[in-house]
Amino acid sequence: MTGTVSARGRMKRLTDSAMGLVLLGSALVSVTIVLLIGLFTLKEALPAFRDIGLVRLLTGTEWRPGQDLYGLFAMIAGSVLVTLGAIVLGLPLALGCAVFLAEVAPAWVRAVVKPSIELLAGIPSVVFGLFGMVVLVPMVRGIDVPGNAGFGLLSASMVLAVMILPTIASVAEVALRSVPEEYRQGSLALGATRWETLRRVTVPAARSGMLAAVVLGLGRALGETIAMIMVIGNAVMMPEAATSNPLTIFLSRARTLTGNIAVEINYATGLHAAALFATGVVLFVLIMIVNASARALLASGMRRG
Amino acid sequence: MSSRSPAGRKLVQAGAFSLLWVSALLSVLVLASVVGYVMIKGIPELNLSFFTTPPRGGLSGEGGISSTIVATLYLVVMTLLVAAPLGIGAGVFLVEYAESMQNRLMKPLIRIARFGVETLAGVPSIIFGLFGYALFVTLMHFGFSLLSASLAGACLILPVVIRTTEEALKAVPQSYREGSLSLGATRWETIRRVVLPSAVPGITTGMILGVGRIISETAVFYVTLGGSYRTPTSILSSGRTMALHVFYLAMETRAFEKAMATGAVLIACIIAVNLAINAVSRRLTAGGGRW
Amino acid sequence: MPEPRMRTIDYCLYYGGFRALNSISMDIPPNMITAIIGPSGCGKSTFLRSFNRMNELIPGVRVTGKVLLDGEDIFSLDVVSLRRKVGMVFQRPNPFPKSIFDNVAYGPRIHGLRKGDSLAALVERSLKAAALWDEVKDDLQKSALSLSGGQQQRLCIARALAVEPEVILMDEPASALDPIATLKIEELLQTLKENYTIVIVTHNMQQAARVSDFTAFLLMDESRAGNLVEFGPTKQIFTTPRDSRTEDYISGRFG
Ligand SMILES: Nc1ncnc2c1ncn2[C@@H]1O[C@H](COP(=O)(O)OP(=O)(O)OP(=O)(O)O)[C@@H](O)[C@H]1O
Ligand SMILES: [Mg+2]
Repeated sequence: MTGTVSARGRMKRLTDSAMGLVLLGSALVSVTIVLLIGLFTLKEALPAFRDIGLVRLLTGTEWRPGQDLYGLFAMIAGSVLVTLGAIVLGLPLALGCAVFLAEVAPAWVRAVVKPSIELLAGIPSVVFGLFGMVVLVPMVRGIDVPGNAGFGLLSASMVLAVMILPTIASVAEVALRSVPEEYRQGSLALGATRWETLRRVTVPAARSGMLAAVVLGLGRALGETIAMIMVIGNAVMMPEAATSNPLTIFLSRARTLTGNIAVEINYATGLHAAALFATGVVLFVLIMIVNASARALLASGMRRG
Repeated sequence: MSSRSPAGRKLVQAGAFSLLWVSALLSVLVLASVVGYVMIKGIPELNLSFFTTPPRGGLSGEGGISSTIVATLYLVVMTLLVAAPLGIGAGVFLVEYAESMQNRLMKPLIRIARFGVETLAGVPSIIFGLFGYALFVTLMHFGFSLLSASLAGACLILPVVIRTTEEALKAVPQSYREGSLSLGATRWETIRRVVLPSAVPGITTGMILGVGRIISETAVFYVTLGGSYRTPTSILSSGRTMALHVFYLAMETRAFEKAMATGAVLIACIIAVNLAINAVSRRLTAGGGRW
Repeated sequence: MPEPRMRTIDYCLYYGGFRALNSISMDIPPNMITAIIGPSGCGKSTFLRSFNRMNELIPGVRVTGKVLLDGEDIFSLDVVSLRRKVGMVFQRPNPFPKSIFDNVAYGPRIHGLRKGDSLAALVERSLKAAALWDEVKDDLQKSALSLSGGQQQRLCIARALAVEPEVILMDEPASALDPIATLKIEELLQTLKENYTIVIVTHNMQQAARVSDFTAFLLMDESRAGNLVEFGPTKQIFTTPRDSRTEDYISGRFG
C-alpha cells in the first residue's frame, strides 16, 4: 500500500518535471525563431555584403538587377520619406484623438469612439491600399505638376497616416490614462483650468509613454508592405522634386524597403536574392533600433511612476 | 491683481478643447470613410454565387471567392494548430514556472526566452515572409503552399498568443494556486486542473486575435503562398487568401469592383472577430468562466 | 464670534441617489483652525471638498443649499478664482513629477504674478512659510519625487501657499506621515493660522484637540448620510460636549 502510494508520488513528480521541460521548450521556440530568422537572413545576405559591400549597398542609388547593380539608397529614402509624410499628416490627429479620449471626451462619446478606433486598428492593410488606389490616387493625380501620376509618396503617406492613427492613438491614450489622478486633482485645486492641467501636468507626466506610442507608430509605418506596394508606384528612383517647390518631392514615385523585398523575392536568384535579403537586414536593423527606443522610453516612464 | 484673467484662460481652454474635438471627429471620420467606402462599393456586388463560385481568373476578375474562403480557412486552422500549443506552452512557462526558477542555469534561459518574444513581436511581417520563403518554400522544398504559409504565419502570430496567454494567467488569483498546492497537488496538476481552466476565456481571446491577424495578413502570404486561385486540395497546394485575392484583383486585373466586394467581406470578418473578442472578454469579467 | 470667512447653509450633497451630506449649516471663523472629526465614511472629505467645489469633478454629484465665501455664493463665483482663494492639501502628498521649484511656481505661473513680485522670491517665501526652505534651498531643481513623504507634504503646502489663498483645506494631511513629520506639520499650522483660515480633517482626536480652535463633529444617520452633530470651540467640544454622541465618540465608546 505504502509502496504504491510512493510509486504514484514518484510518477507525479516525474510528470511535473517533464511538463516543466516541455513548457520550457516551447518558451524557447520564439527565441529559436528569432535566431533562425537572424541567421538565415544574414547567411543569405552574406554574398551581397561580400560582393557588393556594405557601403555601396547603403549608398548606391542604382538598383538594376539585370546589370548586377544593387544600391538601396533610393529605397531607404523612399521608406524614410513616406514615414515622415505619414507622421506629419497623422501625428497631430492621432495625439489629438488620444488626448481627447483620455481627458476631454464625455463618457458616452468615449464609449463610441474608443472601440471604433480599436476596430479600425484591425482592418487589413490591403483594404487601406485598395482605398488608396481607388480614392486617393485619382485625387492626388489632380494636382497639376508635370509627371504626377497620382501613385507616389503623397498617396502612400496619406494611406500610412490613416493606418498608424489607431496604433498611436490607443497607445498614447493608455499613457495618458495611467497618469495618477492625484496630479490632476492637485493642479485643479490650485485653480488651474482643465486645459492648463492637461498641458502642464498630465501631458508632461505621460510624455515618455506618448513618445513611445509615436515610435511604435514609426515602426509600423516602416514595416508596412502591401498598402505601400499598392499606392507608391514602386519605381526604383531617387525621389525628387518636379518643380522648384521642394514639396513636390512627395509627388514622386518611389519604392520602400519592404516593397522591394515583396515585389522581387519570388523570382530572384544568386546575387539578386542575396541583395534582397540584405534589404531585409537593413529593414530589420532599422526597426530594431526604433523598437528598442520605444521600449527604453516606456521603461523610463515606468520608473518615474 | 493677477496678470492673467480667468475669462481669458477659459477662452484659451475653449479654443484648445474645440481643437481636440475636431481632431477626434476628423480621425473617426477619416477611418469611417475608408471602411464606409469599401462597404458601400462592395456590398452591392455581393450575392450567393459570389460566395460559392471560385474566381475564374481572366482580366476582369470574373467569378466569386469560394476558393479563397477555403484557403483562408485552411490557413487559419493550420496556423493555429502550430501556434496555439507552442504559444500557450510558452505563456504557461513564463508565468507559472519562470518566476520560481532561480538557479543559475535557468535564469539566463528565461531572460533569453523573454527577449525572443519581445523581439518577435516587433519584427515586420515582410521579414517573416522573407524567412518563410527562404526556409520553408526553398530550403525545405515545401514550395509555395499552405504548409509554408502556415508555418510562416505561425511565427507571425506566436508573440500575440504568448502575450495574451501570459495576461490571462496573470489574472488568475494566486489563491487558486495556493488552494490547490496546499491540497498536495503538484504544480503541473495545479496548472492543468485549476489555472488553465480559469484562464480559458483570456487564452481564447489570444487565439481570436491570431485569427484576425491571419485573415488580414497579406505580405507574408504574398511571398509564401503562391497565389493560385484554384481551391486547395492538400497542404502542399498553392492558394490565395481573401486578403491576397483583394491584392491580386486590384494590382493585376484592376478589377476594383470585385476587389471592393472581397474587401467588404474581409471587413465583415474583422468586425466578427472583434465582436467575438468582446463577447469572450465580457464573459471573462462577468463570471470568470466556469469557476 | 467674528464674521465667518466661509459658511454653509442647509448644504446637502448626493452621490447619484445616495445622500452623503444632510443639511449642514456651519461657519468657518477667519484666521482660526477648524477641525472636522467623525468616524470613517461620515462624509468629512466630501464636506471639505465642498468648500472649493472639488466634488464637481465626480460625475453624478448633486448639491443643494448654499456655500458662502466672504458672504458670496461660491457657485456664482468662477471656479478657477474660487480655487485660487480656497487652496487644498491632500491626504497623500501629491507633488507633480517636476522639480521642487517648478512645483511651487506652478500656481503663480498659471495665474500670473502680482506686479513687482519675482517668481524666485515668491517661491522662496512660500517654501519658508511651509518650513521647508532650509532643507531644500541647496537644490531647488531636484525632482520633487525625491523628497521624503513629510517633505513632499510640506512642499504641497508651499505649493498651495504660492497662489496666496485665503483659506486652506487639509484632508488628513499628516495621516501618511511618521510622528516627527506630523509634529512638523502641526507646528507649521500654528504659524500659518496668523495669515490663513484653515480647515482640517483628521482622524486623530489628540491632533484635533492639539491644533484646532474650533471642532465640528460629523456622524452618519440611519441612512448613512453625514450630519453635523455638534460644532463649537475645541475646548468645549472636548471637555463639555453638549451631545451625548459627541461624548461617546471622543471618549472612544464607538467607532
Ligand atoms: N466618488 C464617490 N461616489 C460615490 N460615493 C462616494 C464617493 N466618495 C465617497 N462616497 C461615499 O460618501 C460617503 C462619505 O465619504 P467620505 O470620503 O467623504 O468619508 P470620510 O468621512 O472622508 O471617510 P474617511 O474618514 O474614511 O476618509 C461614504 O459613504 C462614501 O462611500
Ligand atoms: Mg476622507
